[in-house]
Amino acid sequence: MSVLAIIENWEGEFKKTSFEVLHYGKRISNEIGQELIALTFGANNPERLEGYGASRIINVSNLKFETTTNNNLAKISAELITENEASHIVISNTITGKTIAPLLTSNLNCGLISNAIEHPKTHTPLTVKCKGFSSKAHITYESENQQNIISIVPNSIGLIEKNDEKSEVLNINQKSNLTNEKMKILHREKSNEKISLADAEIVISAGRGLKDPENWGMIEELAELLNAGTACSKPVSDMGWRPHSEHVGQTGLAINPDLYIAIGISGAIQHLAGVNSSKNIVVINTDPEAPFFKAANYGIVGDAFVVVPKLIAALKNFKN
Amino acid sequence: MNILVCISSVPDTTSPINFTDNNQSFDKNGITFIINPYDEFCLTKAIFIKENKSATITVLNVGKNTNDSVLRKALAIGADNAVRINQEAENSKIVAKCIVEYCQDKNFDIIFCGRESIDYNGGKVPGFIAEKLNLPFINGCVGMDIKNETMELKREIDNGHEICESAFPAVIAGQKGLVEEKDLRIPSMRGIMSARTKSLEVIESTINIENNIKVIHYEKPIQRSECKMINEDNVEELVDLLNNEAKVI
Ligand SMILES: Cc1cc2nc3c(=O)[nH]c(=O)nc-3n(C[C@H](O)[C@H](O)[C@H](O)COP(=O)(O)OP(=O)(O)OC[C@H]3O[C@@H](n4cnc5c(N)ncnc54)[C@H](O)[C@@H]3O)c2cc1C
Repeated sequence: MSVLAIIENWEGEFKKTSFEVLHYGKRISNEIGQELIALTFGANNPERLEGYGASRIINVSNLKFETTTNNNLAKISAELITENEASHIVISNTITGKTIAPLLTSNLNCGLISNAIEHPKTHTPLTVKCKGFSSKAHITYESENQQNIISIVPNSIGLIEKNDEKSEVLNINQKSNLTNEKMKILHREKSNEKISLADAEIVISAGRGLKDPENWGMIEELAELLNAGTACSKPVSDMGWRPHSEHVGQTGLAINPDLYIAIGISGAIQHLAGVNSSKNIVVINTDPEAPFFKAANYGIVGDAFVVVPKLIAALKNFKN
Repeated sequence: MNILVCISSVPDTTSPINFTDNNQSFDKNGITFIINPYDEFCLTKAIFIKENKSATITVLNVGKNTNDSVLRKALAIGADNAVRINQEAENSKIVAKCIVEYCQDKNFDIIFCGRESIDYNGGKVPGFIAEKLNLPFINGCVGMDIKNETMELKREIDNGHEICESAFPAVIAGQKGLVEEKDLRIPSMRGIMSARTKSLEVIESTINIENNIKVIHYEKPIQRSECKMINEDNVEELVDLLNNEAKVI
């Protein structure tokens, strides 16, 4: 038996979420006394995963996350999971993770607990606390399955220090026979934002209060200064002021960065649903009665066109 | 083209979320149920396809008769017929099993599901169905262009978009982008009238229930403590708090 962590990489390079998955898997492996195996595809340096508790690192070196369909990533992962008799499989709730996890679950006929925000509470049976109702509730699930996949919400688990333990690194070629493909990836268009919203530890978000898409310059400047991602409220994306990929909330992306700065957003229940698990929230709004202030840690009542430039200046000062 | 749109019935987005039975059940008291917003984008896309190419649209829900109202609404918006599999939707596996069983002999060209339901946010059902039916799975689909034998699809990925090509049939988990918000249709009086004459078939479920994942506890997230207000002439204080108190910059 083993615990297997599926570690995503982006063009071969690991990100914070990759290490969160290892951390989560390591805790389980300690608790149930089974080895931890890390599985990745097309990593440039699989050795980077050493020192986080995996005794073995399997890198399927002839396939990449970017060019392999999710159906195939799931099929190959299923074979390796079976080969390694993994009872617990951990994966991150990135878009790829969310896509592979149910395919894999159905293939293995195991259990799937998605949106985990904590380490398991118990192991027999497995119980885990998860996010639900678009962050309006926390739900603890219990699984009766012997084999389970747990998908974890990025930025909710934390990281562990690297140690100097070595792992066995296996670079393997995919053996599965993937002929007769009914689907193929044609190409990928990378967004030109420097920080993707999914990874951003700080997010600057703006709403209808900004009045015109031309006014986003200061939002982008603030984001650049803080190395932050940019987001927006739903009407802003519906009107085409900003791309849909920036729409956060109950019907958009759910995010939980360390810092969320909401500018000219009223704080409707559907907006809050997607962002209220952010660790810190700052609200800038002209209306002292805006509901968002009730969900914030820090608030400034004021005109965004006055406050944001001041904030940019203050941050520049602070950085120097 | 034979299109299936799976419809989930979910609490209206403004619903208060409360629990009963010692926090072991979701309290449905006073809640209005709506078509899951992600499913509605899919349904609208199906209607676009029908208007462009001709298609038959079936909407399907797994649940009890309290869900008939959302199916009626889907019919009023433009689906041709509705099916409800009479089975308590206790978890995603049960729902997926019912859908897979229903699809076996139906020859659907496209199976649409919303990317996730806004209640349990599992996002599991579409992937479960795709794998069981051995079909391509396009998750987070935001664009779709039907060619002769294939379709070109655009899906959201973490740092941009992926364009892929798929044969029919396929399982497509959609979201906004597939159609725009302004494209969503409010049922017209005529739509509502004609929905009454359309078929809503109820099928008894025959699957074996293995309720292997269950909720044992619900709770509300911890509320934030009081919001600290900062004067707009003193943004330096905010910078200082973010640095020294919140430790995020
Ligand atoms: C089914 C459904 C799903 C939904 N899903 C989502 C979702 O996922 N995400 C989402 O965001 N919304 C969602 N909504 C919409 C939501 O109800 C609100 O309408 C929306 O969030 C409001 O966006 P906003 O705050 O940008 O605009 P508004 O509500 O118009 O608020 C603008 C705010 O800007 C402030 N303001 C104005 N001028 C200035 C200025 N110069 N400086 C500073 N502040 C200023 C105003 O005081 C106001 O508070 C959904 C709605 C429905 C019905």
